[in-house]
Amino acid sequence: MATCFGPSGGKEAAPAAKAPAAAAAAGPKKIVVDPVTRIEGHLKVEVTVAEGKVVEARTTGGMFRGFEIILRGRDPRDASQITQRICGVCPTEHCQASVYALDDAFGVKPPTNGRHVRNLIHASNYVSSHILHFYHLAALDYVKGPDTAPFIPRYEGPDFYRLPKDVNDAAVAQYVKGLDMRRKAQEALAIFGGRMPHVQGVVVGGTTEKPTAEQIVQYVWIMKEVQQFVQETYVPTVYAVAGAYKDLFAVGTGCKNLLSTGVFPMDDDNKTHLFKRGVYTDGKDYPLDPMQIREQVKYSWYDDSCTNKQPFDGCTIPKYGKSGAYSFVKAPRYNGKPHEVGPLARMWITDPPVSGAAKKFLGVPADSKATFRALGDKAFSVMGRHAARAEECAIVADKCIEWALQLKPGGDTIKSAPVPDSAKGMGLNEAARGSVSHWIVIKNKKIDNYQVVSPTLWNASPRDDSGVPGPIEQALIGTPVADPENPINVVRVIRAFDP
Amino acid sequence: MEFSRRDFIKLCGASAAGIGLSQLAHPAIVQALEKAAAGNPPVIWIMGQGCTGCSVSILNTVHPTIAEVLLKIISMKFHETIMAASGELALEAQEKAAKEYAGKFYLVVEGSIPTNENGMYCQIGTMKGETRTMLKEVLHLGEKAAAVVAVGTDATHGGIPAAKPNPTGAKSVSEIFKANGIKTPVINVPGCPPNPDWMVGTLAHVLLWGVPQLDGEGRPVLFYGTLIHDNCPYRGYYEYGVFAKEFGDDGCRVKLGCKGPETYADCWKRKWNGGVNWCVQNAICIGCVQPDFWDKYAPIYYHSIA
Repeated sequence: MATCFGPSGGKEAAPAAKAPAAAAAAGPKKIVVDPVTRIEGHLKVEVTVAEGKVVEARTTGGMFRGFEIILRGRDPRDASQITQRICGVCPTEHCQASVYALDDAFGVKPPTNGRHVRNLIHASNYVSSHILHFYHLAALDYVKGPDTAPFIPRYEGPDFYRLPKDVNDAAVAQYVKGLDMRRKAQEALAIFGGRMPHVQGVVVGGTTEKPTAEQIVQYVWIMKEVQQFVQETYVPTVYAVAGAYKDLFAVGTGCKNLLSTGVFPMDDDNKTHLFKRGVYTDGKDYPLDPMQIREQVKYSWYDDSCTNKQPFDGCTIPKYGKSGAYSFVKAPRYNGKPHEVGPLARMWITDPPVSGAAKKFLGVPADSKATFRALGDKAFSVMGRHAARAEECAIVADKCIEWALQLKPGGDTIKSAPVPDSAKGMGLNEAARGSVSHWIVIKNKKIDNYQVVSPTLWNASPRDDSGVPGPIEQALIGTPVADPENPINVVRVIRAFDP
Repeated sequence: MEFSRRDFIKLCGASAAGIGLSQLAHPAIVQALEKAAAGNPPVIWIMGQGCTGCSVSILNTVHPTIAEVLLKIISMKFHETIMAASGELALEAQEKAAKEYAGKFYLVVEGSIPTNENGMYCQIGTMKGETRTMLKEVLHLGEKAAAVVAVGTDATHGGIPAAKPNPTGAKSVSEIFKANGIKTPVINVPGCPPNPDWMVGTLAHVLLWGVPQLDGEGRPVLFYGTLIHDNCPYRGYYEYGVFAKEFGDDGCRVKLGCKGPETYADCWKRKWNGGVNWCVQNAICIGCVQPDFWDKYAPIYYHSIA
């Protein structure tokens, strides 16, 4: 059944983990972590801890740039360049969402070769981003780095860094190797994308450069090395870390509603995807109806006239200081309910077979046909999210090689089309960190309205119009915090989402 | 070992204007850099209204690798995206470094600085219940730094947040310093994002020989001294009037929207991501290192205009 709690709050989303005895005596205490580092952007979290556990949480996105305002009145084709600058870790994802919206509005379909090149650009960044997330953003919550800046200072406490010495040493070496691997995945990406971050190669109608045989071979050569690292190092290491932190399979449950807008089109009509479109609400699977997405702003620093709009009709009027509001992040809701997005959502909704390392971890035979849902409730946790990301990374790394070999050297990658006088376009995509949708309304060949619903809006949203907290806020409830000065589990829960 | 600029250039086998950062891989240069960096100069890297793209770009440095930069050349005292610490622990580390190395640390600024709403469009931390804004932070640290390196077009010229209608009053580091009478030298390393060589190379230059020669925009001439169009491998097409009309066509890309004729940077020889490609080969130059590029050079693309 649904575990998302209502406005009155109170219900614990996470099962009680063992609370250290020392914390039991303390009364409720407010803890502010700001900045939450090792994420993309600026995030603050405020939690109330009582009897060693989080009982209330608020996340605040503290930055506003006004992309949706800046886009108005510009040439629609510029959107794929401008919106990449929303996120330097996931520019390809915004770019792709943008060109899907433009393809839709312009009524154009890229040739098969163009679809493959787009998928390769996007997939290479998935692999790069997932490696970066585990090793360089999340790992320092489990792995003790060298005793030098920027690896110190760090939160300290008994049991915080509990990996056996050999595993910890190996993970530190992998931190450095991981830097090389994420860089190489971006080099592979740039073979087709021109450069990274901020790709040049993806535009409305397809991609800009016809792939050559030499480029395809170079791409495959680089990605083979990365694929090997993902399969032989990243995936097993995630389970090695998970084995030492089994308690974190019961921390960070969240709302258990999941949403995926679908990613990596497998046909030229953009109907079927490697990771499916769909929603999982209150324990049941449903098809996705994008018209049921609404953005609410009662607790966000935007004018109330913008609340509960479907993004085609959405608006963005900043109102810093609005009474009761506490974030620049809007609160997207599907059918009125918060939904978590990201690798966990995609893996759960698509439910593909899992890796050998996962089967070993689950204790099932190597030849079993276990799929991701075999993880059961364990999936809805800090470690479940890390496992979902690693499993997904292995699948996508394989596809990078497969799709590259399907390219036709010298084949067309683009179909051109004129800017329409007036049109609407919807671009549904999945960033490495979760669903990203772009919505464009064109009038007189110019952008009349442009709305972006990014992964961080879904996951790090504040309370909605009914007072229901966002997915990260819910996932924090029940998180054990033994020492308010060193709230490591709070940042572990947040980082597992890759906000 | 003693190591001079002359040796450096000789080693590179290049003219003074053409130092290729890829040559930084040479063991003698790495050694010299490590020596110049004895005691590992402290760096504080702060982020305003950015996208983290400049940080992601510097992670893509090949020679030296980012691991070498972080472990052997500098001491990164504060960088939100990579540091272990969070919250007050992170801010305390920053304060400690700024105090201990006052007048000696290098401040890197990524992202623009919003001035509307008293700076509250970019809240970057909370210390003892008080919200810190990027505006306050850049003034506070800027005053104490030995020099500031503004990385990326947001920090050097306002960039995308400052594009019309600039809803948050976003400004560059130089504008903020000028308005507040801060005299700390600012080196601008624009680009959206900058090439990793431009960032690492500027840093290497500062450590080995001090502030490099700057142009009127505060950019190192070393990297921003040549016009892309004058050096473009497709220049011959331009001279003969052969123009690509659609992406994928042979020819000069100017009619697709290429901003090479107005853009000063060395992408034409340096290329991107380990040299696998660059913007003009793949599509067009969008002029991302130029001041005011989002507005002045809009629209970006000219192809398929009805």
